[in-house]
Amino acid sequence: MAEGNSRLGSRGGASTLAARLAEIHARHPTADPDMVAEVVRSVLATMNGDLSAKEASVLAEVEELGRTIATAKAEIAALEVDVINVSHIPFATDELDAIIAHTAAATDAILENCETLDRVAAGLTGQAATQLQVATTRIYEACSFQDITGQRITKVVGALKAIEAKVEHIVSTFGPSDGEARLSLPQAADAVSLLNGPQLPAAAMDQSDIDKLLASFD
Amino acid sequence: MSIDKSMSVLIVDDYKTMLRIIRNLLKQIDFNNVEEAMDGAEALGKLRAGSFGLVISDWNMAPMTGLQLLQEVRADARLKAMPFIMITAESKTENVIAAKQAGVSNYIVKPFNAETLREKIEKVLGHG
Repeated sequence: MAEGNSRLGSRGGASTLAARLAEIHARHPTADPDMVAEVVRSVLATMNGDLSAKEASVLAEVEELGRTIATAKAEIAALEVDVINVSHIPFATDELDAIIAHTAAATDAILENCETLDRVAAGLTGQAATQLQVATTRIYEACSFQDITGQRITKVVGALKAIEAKVEHIVSTFGPSDGEARLSLPQAADAVSLLNGPQLPAAAMDQSDIDKLLASFD
Repeated sequence: MSIDKSMSVLIVDDYKTMLRIIRNLLKQIDFNNVEEAMDGAEALGKLRAGSFGLVISDWNMAPMTGLQLLQEVRADARLKAMPFIMITAESKTENVIAAKQAGVSNYIVKPFNAETLREKIEKVLGHG
């Protein structure tokens, strides 16, 4: 689109002017220049208040943006995203909490029985005592899974809650709500908190890696 | 010279199951004088009030983390030489470096086994 002083309606104005001049010329082959000037002034007067090309472009973009927002609001309303916060995420976090509770109870039961075996082993001698102690040691070691899985689940719950907050923010901003409340998004985790939790096996350092790292300080 | 296994060991974890596991593993290697604390503040109180030969602490606790507990211990004139082992799922390089810089004696990553625990204790107590 042309920039500068071109006015919206100039093209229309020119064609109107041409038409009027043609009409005048047809009716009055020897048209009075004053009459032509009057016609030109009249056409120019109709252009008062028109937008510049740049302003028209911005207006068109604003109109388009308005239509996009209206469409997004309608789509968000149709999707019932608030159900995610009201139902899905609370359900998921409750389920995960239940997993922690159930596995904790099971682990406690295992440990209690393992301690009983330890007491029995204390009354034995020889190979049987050794075998029993090795077995209980392995059970104790394996039971630490509960701590690791608990921490992993806590991380997942944290992620779900972050999603919940963002969904709430989107719904309150774009959704067909009353619109007053605006949620502040949770701050990003403090980079220096160092509470990273258990790492997935592919990313984790094992004990030998840690030993090497520690040794590098000596 | 052998390790004095009658020494008091303080284990710190906000997760009871883990305290129970570590206590049982210590018992199997003949450390029977074990006390427990469920957070950093409680641990610090016990350390200042008692006489311990070793601290084994988790990192991920609230409100005082294991790292903060370690820093408090190292800043305390009476406790600063206390052997301190971190047992944690925090296995990122930055964590190990931060713990080392704070003065950790050794670092065990979860999940761990009894042999690793025994080995690190011996190393920390000067027999590794």
